[in-house]
This record gives sequence, structure tokens and C-alpha cells, in this order.
Amino acid sequence: MKNAIRISCNRSNLKVVRDFVSTYLAAYSLSDLHLNQIVLAVDEVVANLIIHANGEDESQHLDLRLNVENQVFGIEIEDDSKSSYAPSTYREPDLQEHIRTGKKGGVGMALVNRIMDRVEFSTTGTHNVCRLYKKIA
Amino acid sequence: MKVTQQSTDNTLTLSLDGELDASSSVLLDTELTKPEVLNYQKVLIDCQRLNYISSAGLGVFISHLQQFQDAGVKLVFFNMQEKVHNVFEILGLDALMTIVPSQAEATAI
Repeated sequence: MKNAIRISCNRSNLKVVRDFVSTYLAAYSLSDLHLNQIVLAVDEVVANLIIHANGEDESQHLDLRLNVENQVFGIEIEDDSKSSYAPSTYREPDLQEHIRTGKKGGVGMALVNRIMDRVEFSTTGTHNVCRLYKKIA
Repeated sequence: MKVTQQSTDNTLTLSLDGELDASSSVLLDTELTKPEVLNYQKVLIDCQRLNYISSAGLGVFISHLQQFQDAGVKLVFFNMQEKVHNVFEILGLDALMTIVPSQAEATAI
């Protein structure tokens, strides 16, 4: 079972990532709903890295590695962008305000934080790693 | 993702087929931005074949909602799959948008 992929920073690769996660987790008998939540959380982080951190530069790539250990699903998403996400900057979105102002973005990390049990971002030099964990049983 | 349209005098129905992510949401945004959309009393979103939605897709709807409300256009979702509805629920968006089970209920609003 493939547990690692590399994708270039093109938003058309989001589907590749979702299928990669779904296929890997197919062996674990998750409900449709829970599987969808995990796939969504990964999609949200990867989309942010592709679009915001790497400016959809196709010469840049992301490396993803999955595993399940002790009934916990874990994924590492690595990139080399000079721009990295600081979780301390996270603010709960005010959806009514978003609606009032016609805001198109900014709810992705809210989904990730609500879905996953643990969300970690770390940077060493210009190498960034995001780790997401969720108990699956 | 494919978007197909059906319209009557006062209702535009958009049927979404596939996955609405940061790639395909651009297509939906283009459809909802067309000026003629604001001439309808109701815009119904048929979600029967919508298999997936991410924040990009939610953001398209969020970003048009106020303009629709100001123009007197009701935006109503129907036939939503449970796993898609769950994403709205996670954010509490199900309380801010109109989601009903069936086309009949959507038409009756």
C-alpha cells in the first residue's frame, strides 16, 4: 500500500491527494463521514500550501507520508517554501462577518482544527512540516 | 466537476456533479457571478451528485450570499449527501444557509 507521494504545487493535484488518502484508509473500515473528514482536513492543508505558501509554483512540490499506528492516523506534509504557516495566527472565523463582507476564503484551518485531534506545524530553515493526527478506532 | 442549469421564470436550479474543491470552485464562482442570476427569485442548488465540498466551495457560497439576500434572491440547497452536510455542520454553516432534504421542499420555500 503506497504511503508516500510527491505532488507539484498545482491545485489540480488536490484530487490526487484526496484519492491517495482515501485509498490508503480504505483498509480501515471508517464510515463515509469520518473518511471524508480526514480527506477534507488533508485537502485543506495541502490547498493552503499549494496556493498560499508556494504560490501555485509547479516547480515546487509537496511530500506527503501517511501511516496508522496504535489506531491513530497520521500524515506528514512537507514543503520548502520560505513562507510558513504560524498556528498562533489562527483566529476563529466569524462566519456572519464573512457573509456580510462577501469573504471567499479563510475557513480551511477552522475545518482542520475541528476535525483533527492534533495539528502541528514546524519549520527548520526553509523546510516546513505539517503533521496531522486523528484517532480512527 | 460539472454544473448543469435549469431555469423557470423565477427559479434557477444548478445541479452540481462531482467534487467542489479549490480547483473546481472557480467554475462555480463564475456561474454564480453572472449578473442574470440576480434576476431570479430563487437559486436552488441540487446536491444529489455533489460528492465532496471543501472550504473553497463553501467560500463561493459564503461570498455570494449577502449579494443574493440584498437582491431578494433565496439560495436553497437540497438533496445534500450526509458527508457533505456534515461539513456545513462542522462550521455551523447549516444554521446560516438554507438546506432542505428534497427538491419539493426547496421549491416550496
